[in-house]
Amino acid sequence: MQASGIEVLFLGSNFARLLEGLWVTMRISILAVLMSIPLGILFGLFMTLQNPIAKAVSRVYLEFIRIMPQLVLLFIAYFGVTRAFGWNWDAEFSAVLVFTLWGTAEMGDLVRGALNSIPRHQYDSAQALGMSRLQTFSYIIIPQTLRRLLPPTINLTTRMIKTTSLVVLIGITEVLKVGKQIIDVNRFRYPTASLWVYGAVFILYFLACWPISVLARYLEKRWR
Amino acid sequence: MIHLDWNFITKYAPLYAEAAKLTVFIAFWGILLAFAVGVLCSAALYYKVPVLRRIISAYIELSRNTPLLVQLFFLYFGLPNIGIVLSGEACAIIGIAFLGGSYMTETLRSGLESVDKIQEESAASLGLNKWLTMKEIIFPQAMAVSVPGICANVIFLIKETSVVSGIALADLMYVAKDLIGLYYKTDEALTMLVVAYLIILLPVSIIATLLERRLRHAGFGN
Repeated sequence: MQASGIEVLFLGSNFARLLEGLWVTMRISILAVLMSIPLGILFGLFMTLQNPIAKAVSRVYLEFIRIMPQLVLLFIAYFGVTRAFGWNWDAEFSAVLVFTLWGTAEMGDLVRGALNSIPRHQYDSAQALGMSRLQTFSYIIIPQTLRRLLPPTINLTTRMIKTTSLVVLIGITEVLKVGKQIIDVNRFRYPTASLWVYGAVFILYFLACWPISVLARYLEKRWR
Repeated sequence: MIHLDWNFITKYAPLYAEAAKLTVFIAFWGILLAFAVGVLCSAALYYKVPVLRRIISAYIELSRNTPLLVQLFFLYFGLPNIGIVLSGEACAIIGIAFLGGSYMTETLRSGLESVDKIQEESAASLGLNKWLTMKEIIFPQAMAVSVPGICANVIFLIKETSVVSGIALADLMYVAKDLIGLYYKTDEALTMLVVAYLIILLPVSIIATLLERRLRHAGFGN
């Protein structure tokens, strides 16, 4: 039977396997985001310190992480560390580590930006009202910072999900790898499988990230 | 601990130089195209061109919410099935332009929208036509706002080119991977990789910072 080849997606458990593959990258990014948020908040606070050493250290860390392609960082964590120190981290652990380091840097910068965007008079007014430092932070500064922080943090999550697609290149079996397996198995029966499989992967990623982006934009508009 | 084999490094440094050329080549054309796409799309959005506007919005959503690697796999392995066969380089440049186009559009659009309506009205009252208003009044002011975003996009897109090794293009990433596989000189290969990216990206990053600082002083109006 001459068919378009789209059936290949629904043969056996193919589609479920693709979803399972997508879950692998999602799992990595969710873990990394969950760790980056608290670490990033701490890093952001660290960056606002007036101490010159703290400033220099955080600046070098931020610049290095930002300037290196994530793929290079993944290679360093997976291949480089193993060779240099003999620590055999498995690929998924390396990936979570790299994305956490990256997320912490990005999150820290967001936190710093949000804290700096709170005008000075907010602190002064709180003090004029007789609030203590703790009260000022918990009632005045943190609520306002959170509002400014939430939309870009959600955006960071979609960036994280998109970037975790790179883990296939350090040998993690995720959705692209599963897709390739499906294509290879069906090479003769469905020669056009690659169009459909990679098309499906494309759409799956879109369906995973798009709602999150929409949510971020909605919150941004609402809280402006 | 790390002991670098300097003979190995001097022997294979030319390979990296060659690969860096490819990385820069793809980044240059990809970013140029992305910028062109950005200019056209942001203009269409700014003037609210009826149908085009919806198509561009859909394109932006699609491009911003999918990873470059997946886009490249689709272009490189998927499209030949319907008779569209592109070389690796072409795929890479199209991929970067497709991804970067939406980022550039967003940055330029927010720049255009930041220009006060009164500027357009004043230009009209001075008898400038639509084209002159855009060219002489709106665009220069919008650019001043957009430049930091554009610089950030350029750095982001150069970094993203590392992904093209996934479709077997011999860029920096690919050479490093190759040397690790062939000689097991992981430390040297990765060190050279990091250095190569620093050589490409540090100057860009520094220029971006300088440009940003300059433009902040050169703000117009208000």
